[in-house]
Amino acid sequence: MKVEQISVFLENKSGRIAEVTGILAESGINIRALSLADTSDFGVLRMIVDNNQKAEEALKKHNFTVGKTFVVAVEIEDKPGGLYKILSILHKVSINVEYMYAFVQPNSKNAVMIFRFEKLEEAVRVLQENGVVVIDGDKVYTL
Amino acid sequence: MIFNIEYETMPREALEAIQLRRLQATLNRVYATVPFYQKKFEEAGITPSEIRSLADIQKIPFTTKQDLRDNYPFGMFAVPMDNVVRIHASSGTTGKPTVVGYTARDIGTWSELMARSLSAGGATRGDIIHNAYGYGLFTGGLGVHYGAEKLGASIIPVSGGNTKRQIIIMKDFGPTILTATPSYTLHLAEVAEEMGVSFKDLKFKYGIFGAEPWSESMRQEIENKLKIIAVDIYGLSEVMGPGVAIECHEAKAGLHIYEDHFIAEIIDPKTGKALPYGETGELVFTSITKEAFPVIRYRTRDISALNPEPCICGRSHVRMKRVSGRTDDMLIIRGVNVFPSQIESVLMQIDEVEPHYQLVVDRKDNLDTLSVLVEVGEHLFSDEVRNLQNLEKKISKDIKEILGVSAAVKLVEPKTIVRSEGKAIRVIDNRKL
Repeated sequence: MKVEQISVFLENKSGRIAEVTGILAESGINIRALSLADTSDFGVLRMIVDNNQKAEEALKKHNFTVGKTFVVAVEIEDKPGGLYKILSILHKVSINVEYMYAFVQPNSKNAVMIFRFEKLEEAVRVLQENGVVVIDGDKVYTL
Repeated sequence: MIFNIEYETMPREALEAIQLRRLQATLNRVYATVPFYQKKFEEAGITPSEIRSLADIQKIPFTTKQDLRDNYPFGMFAVPMDNVVRIHASSGTTGKPTVVGYTARDIGTWSELMARSLSAGGATRGDIIHNAYGYGLFTGGLGVHYGAEKLGASIIPVSGGNTKRQIIIMKDFGPTILTATPSYTLHLAEVAEEMGVSFKDLKFKYGIFGAEPWSESMRQEIENKLKIIAVDIYGLSEVMGPGVAIECHEAKAGLHIYEDHFIAEIIDPKTGKALPYGETGELVFTSITKEAFPVIRYRTRDISALNPEPCICGRSHVRMKRVSGRTDDMLIIRGVNVFPSQIESVLMQIDEVEPHYQLVVDRKDNLDTLSVLVEVGEHLFSDEVRNLQNLEKKISKDIKEILGVSAAVKLVEPKTIVRSEGKAIRVIDNRKL
């Protein structure tokens, strides 16, 4: 039920994201979802790609620091209150969301969001108990 | 004014006779009481009795900072602890400072030499001295303090920091002499301006500045801004503390070394050979009156040159040129000695692998600033920005705790720190001195 996300450390300089995406493009890797968190000095680019191993190798070859983390992909009804429903389930049992971002998924009536939890296993269990669809990693990479 | 006319203006011949007698006595004593020196002399195949002239000093092996560290904390003391009345320490690498001790007589000597120094810098017993050198393990604050009392001047032991309060004290107490690091002095000038206080309205006449490298242009800036005469003072805790040498305010051309207490040499830092007067090299000191912590041919790693020409002030003691640099990569930041290896050990404790880092020293608004760039390898990396910010804070806090200086930590991408022949360039000093 876990999805592997790769993250890259970037200094806050112009052209850095362009370089990362360029390296991935050269290696034929498709970015499925991404988010950027930044401070005035540096940022962390987090991505779900279709081939983690290849992406990691390509980025490391270009001296980037690459980290791997497990996140959770959750299906959300694409209508008002869809995200709220998920978050209130988690809030009730005091599960903290470290961060989240949206997944690009055309041709579907549901949205998909990526969640990073400190207590991943517990979060997945609670969500499933409440009837929320948690998407399998293998499926996410090729959605 | 010359504090001790007899000794400070002594003809060279008489001075050298005293130096030889005191050197021989010191050598005999350290040979008998400090196992380190006994071993060193034996390894070099000499005994103190073979030192029959001042030139013979060149037969004696050097003492280095590493030797002091190896004998941490009290291994170099030449008297029992019963006779030690004061301990000071300077920052050192890997958290081990250099520890020095003083007997009551040593404190007396130091006070005398600081009284001489303050006099040479323009102070008299009628003056009020605003002493903004730090009080504590650092020798600056207490060194000036005891000298001022010996001189009979009034000392304000204000120490460093709390700049606004310092300005108020300057306004209200009317001090006439300022003692501080040069960079802090310029900072004081700026804060005073912000507070609408003009140095024209203050009573300062002279300033005695040291404990960090500074330049002629900084002297001019200080003299213009503070409307004072500024002189350079030199010292290091291993040799005594401040007051090893000072410029006279009459000439302001080189620092008189108190040769009745120290023998100064200039050597080639690579070969260790003694260099003649006038040539530039590494300063080496032998203390010839100290009891608790004598040093024999101590390599300061400070770059200078010696000038034996008579001075207009009347002092006969040789003058050393303003220190122009260091023979190694030690940095002096706001008066604190900083070694890149100290930063390395802080990072090692966090990362447990050899970190790639770089120190960048700048001078902003006349204060030294230290930035530490750290490459984020996989061990340090986190997908959460908060963790990375906490890492920056932790490194900064550890550096402050261990080195005593504030540093701005900046995380950078791997391989972005410039490497020269495979080795990272550890230090970039942008200060224009």
